[in-house]
Amino acid sequence: MTVAAPEIRIEGLVKEFPTKRGVVTAVDHLSVTIEPGSFFVVVGPSGCGKSTLLRMLAGLEEPTAGIAELQGGSGDRPANAMVFQGESIFPWMTVSDNAAYGLRMRRVPARERREVVSEWLDKTGLSEFADAYPHQLSGGMKQRVALARAFANDADVLLMDEPFSALDELTKTVLQQELLRIWSDTGKTVVFITHSVDEAVALGDKIMVMSARPGRQKAMFDVPFERPRDVLELRKRPGYGELVYEIWESLRSEVDGGER
Amino acid sequence: MPTKLDTPPTAREATGDATVPRPPAETSAPRAERPRARRRFSPQARDRVLAVLSPLALLVLWELASRAGVLDDRFFPPPTEIASTFVELAKSGELWSNTWISVRRVLLGLALGATPALIIGLAMGLYRPVRAVLDPLVAATYPIPKSAIVPLLLLIFGLGEMSKIVMVAIGAFFPVVINTSAGVQEIPPIYRDVGRNYGASRWQTFRTIALPGAAPLIMTGLKLAVGLGLILIVIAEMIGAKSGLGFMIWNAWQIFAVPTMYVGLITISILGVLFTLALTELERVLIPWRRAR
Repeated sequence: MTVAAPEIRIEGLVKEFPTKRGVVTAVDHLSVTIEPGSFFVVVGPSGCGKSTLLRMLAGLEEPTAGIAELQGGSGDRPANAMVFQGESIFPWMTVSDNAAYGLRMRRVPARERREVVSEWLDKTGLSEFADAYPHQLSGGMKQRVALARAFANDADVLLMDEPFSALDELTKTVLQQELLRIWSDTGKTVVFITHSVDEAVALGDKIMVMSARPGRQKAMFDVPFERPRDVLELRKRPGYGELVYEIWESLRSEVDGGER
Repeated sequence: MPTKLDTPPTAREATGDATVPRPPAETSAPRAERPRARRRFSPQARDRVLAVLSPLALLVLWELASRAGVLDDRFFPPPTEIASTFVELAKSGELWSNTWISVRRVLLGLALGATPALIIGLAMGLYRPVRAVLDPLVAATYPIPKSAIVPLLLLIFGLGEMSKIVMVAIGAFFPVVINTSAGVQEIPPIYRDVGRNYGASRWQTFRTIALPGAAPLIMTGLKLAVGLGLILIVIAEMIGAKSGLGFMIWNAWQIFAVPTMYVGLITISILGVLFTLALTELERVLIPWRRAR
């Protein structure tokens, strides 16, 4: 099932925040093209404005200048759905109500809602927890619910803001693999923010490295590995280490700069 | 199976049983029973027993002191005497009618006060301008002793039911409006972002985020409102009523029927407990996601 993925336009994008010590530029004249249907990863040091970039794409922040636009949302389908960093699923809703949230907001009839949700709970391995409340779930399970909620909403673009950063290494690896499996036959565009180079290489088609404040495009890498991928097996591939090293090289000066 | 990796192992798996020398089939059952048998009460059961015993002990002390003349039995009649007055008043129907009248006033007053408080509190929590307008008004009117406005209410609403109901309503309004507003403001901002990102309308934000997110604090506000309502109804009935528990207590003072006064006080405290139990049950039904905490 391939949807006509929309174009993402990021042109001359600037975001400034007024603070007590003057104006801070979070994103500085950023222009990027993101291939429809691709998995686009943004890596950068903390505070480089990558979350701000995503929030502008999601329409949660207004750009100071330039364009951050998602064209699409054909029919009543939404243009984007975001998977937030940290705990974003509603503690007062069951797993299935959480997954149904976007559909409910769009007033999708209850029967269709149930069908779509049960399909996505199935795909995310949550079927037996449909009636559980979030406090009964582990951190990894909660992020599965967040993924199910985003995918079930059937948006053209999925915006993911470090969705796995709070998870332990083991759970993280499992969920990365799951995400690739779930995403692979949807044809949706993913913009994925992370500060983990390994995660970027494991998941992405293209990786943009952002510089520390102000956030600019520092480098762009193509990930040559074919899909479907095994995120563990990938690590022993020739070229994997070199790619990770190159990205780290590009990041290192930024991290040093930030620390100084 | 990789998909199960992020489910935590159960406690039994985690602790293991590796040091047991005998085969687990024979030992596991008695071993599981033993810790429970050694401690006869769970801490919860022990707390419940203590909660019943402590007031009972106080009553026994009171009875003995009153009978021995340590306490002046004109002011502190022994509990057994109060109990027999209780039975008398219950049999004659006087107690029930007064209780029911007070309960009805409290319930109507709560509904009249808490409903607008809930709506206004949600609006205050969600919208800064609403908060900016109403916060100072709430802060300025909240500290006025509610009992001090009884005369004003009697002037406005007369001696009928309305003055008592409004009294309770005013008392119930404040804890609910303050707690609801605080409850909404304490909802982590990420949930508002989720609502915006998923296209929640203003009403949907109210319904799916503000109301359930603030529900725990709203319930706290309601519990405070019930306590305050009981205090205020008694005051209002003492001053301007010919019925109700407050009237019964006041009237008992006038005719120096001290045990009847105590019956009134005890009935009010029983009402307080019953209201709290009812609200706790309501909380369990309305806020199921809190059950396990």
